[in-house]
Amino acid sequence: MRNTWLIAWKEIRVFFTSPMAYVVGFIFVGLTGYFFVRSVDSALSGPNFPEASLRHLFSQMSIFIIPWLAPVLTMRLLAEEQKIGTLELLLTAPVRDWEVVMGKFVASMTFFLGGLALTLWYVLMLSWRGNPDPGTLASGYLGIILYGSTAMAIGLLASSFTSNQIVSAVVSLGILVLLTFLEVGADQVGGVASTVVAQLGITTHFGDFVRGVIDSSNVVYYLSVTGVFLFLTVRNLETRRWR
Amino acid sequence: MAIRAMIEARNLTKYYGSFLAVEKVNFVIKKGEILGFLGPNGAGKTTTMRILTGFIPPTSGEALVAGYDLVGQSIEARAHIGYLPETVPLYTEMTVKEYLSFMGRLRGMKSGQVRERLGYVIEACRLEDYYDTFIGKLSKGFRQRVGIAQAIIHEPDVLILDEPTVGIDPIQVVETRQLIKDLAGGHTVILSTHILPEVSMLCDRVLIIHEGKIVAEDTPDDLGTKLAGVDRVEAEVEGPRSQILEVLKKIRGIIDVTSRPAGKNRNVYRIQAKQGLDLRPTISRTIVNNNWALLNIQLLSMSLEEIFLKLTTEEDLRT
Repeated sequence: MRNTWLIAWKEIRVFFTSPMAYVVGFIFVGLTGYFFVRSVDSALSGPNFPEASLRHLFSQMSIFIIPWLAPVLTMRLLAEEQKIGTLELLLTAPVRDWEVVMGKFVASMTFFLGGLALTLWYVLMLSWRGNPDPGTLASGYLGIILYGSTAMAIGLLASSFTSNQIVSAVVSLGILVLLTFLEVGADQVGGVASTVVAQLGITTHFGDFVRGVIDSSNVVYYLSVTGVFLFLTVRNLETRRWR
Repeated sequence: MAIRAMIEARNLTKYYGSFLAVEKVNFVIKKGEILGFLGPNGAGKTTTMRILTGFIPPTSGEALVAGYDLVGQSIEARAHIGYLPETVPLYTEMTVKEYLSFMGRLRGMKSGQVRERLGYVIEACRLEDYYDTFIGKLSKGFRQRVGIAQAIIHEPDVLILDEPTVGIDPIQVVETRQLIKDLAGGHTVILSTHILPEVSMLCDRVLIIHEGKIVAEDTPDDLGTKLAGVDRVEAEVEGPRSQILEVLKKIRGIIDVTSRPAGKNRNVYRIQAKQGLDLRPTISRTIVNNNWALLNIQLLSMSLEEIFLKLTTEEDLRT
């Protein structure tokens, strides 16, 4: 476990010394700010009853932000180690493969949670002028964190397959977009298959959280998909040794 | 566990797919020894080292470091190893100090231990002026030093250095060699190289590897005399060159004579006899009987280069 924190800490320091952290942070704040303002604005001026919630922000984040954010945050984590050869030092140090992967995962989640913390500003603004439901907000945040962790695990797996960051980003973006459209695409197949395909979709399980419902089956979905992708990443590092 | 052998390879074999990279390699390295691992590119040096560091497992056979099996007790074994891969992998966006601390901690040191040890390592590798410099800004030679520093930060029993002097300038090569020499004693060192003088300078023992197999194993000096035998003689003679050449070539058992000038009317003749034939008495008598002056005659031991070529090109000198 100690090694996991060590590796995570190293990644976090390196990340914040690179311009990447600030570029990504800037775009993240800009986009969430835009989504927030638009949702409040349309609620006030539109025909709908104005509501003090981050419902729209969470939904738009899941579709328009996380699918690119996760690939960008994870692409260098394992690809770069392979490219410059430091993976050889990591894997010959007295550190287990899963500790390396968990360290990288913890680092990527730290970046994500750091970004998410910035959105607490919007909560503050809502509470200043309105009366948001803390339960719904909490379940929304839980949902987006679970959603994000799944996306990070997918990004990490992509990063373990290649020494090229761009390839890694494109692959994880592809997987995420595919999983995002499974819910919509499921209508095309019909019957039992439709339900199965929809259940596999990453967005299918998100709606409940936004509405303030924490369904254990949704939590299990995100946790198990995260687990599977992290497991595959560890196995992929292991097979790297056997090649 | 009475371990006298720090590193032990037993029948190490490694296939990459159907390509046989290392075949039944056996050797034992005692504590404190510096072993040179010599071979042309692609001979299997890096593969063997990667097996010894636990980076890749052998297809068959076993490797032990400090008594721990590298497959079964990999973590324990790895804790005893300091490794510098051929590519000198470094995190360029970290400073020297950050990087060395990270590597030390990664290998199980506490932060207090790292702090105590850092001073020694920085001094030993002469990195004092670059403590807070980003590694990306360092020249190749300094990066090499950082690479060695990270390998010794945790005081490992075993030091595995893959081609540590490749790609740096000659002065840095000399410094790096001196550093390795200074480190010997406390550590058991395996050093791979394809530079022959390096081996005779640094190593107690040499393993020559070729096409995945060990073809010779000895001390650098013994390897020279053992393989050279008595069939090569160098003689310095004062007298007419062409005549001497003609006479020498007529002696039974001599295969080849070459000469090079060594002053006024003097030449050095290099004589190759049939294998195992010591022709010094015959040669000296012949020269004296012809009233030429024999200034010097000696057996020629093979240089490492020649041994290396002989062993790896399978050139038949027996004729």
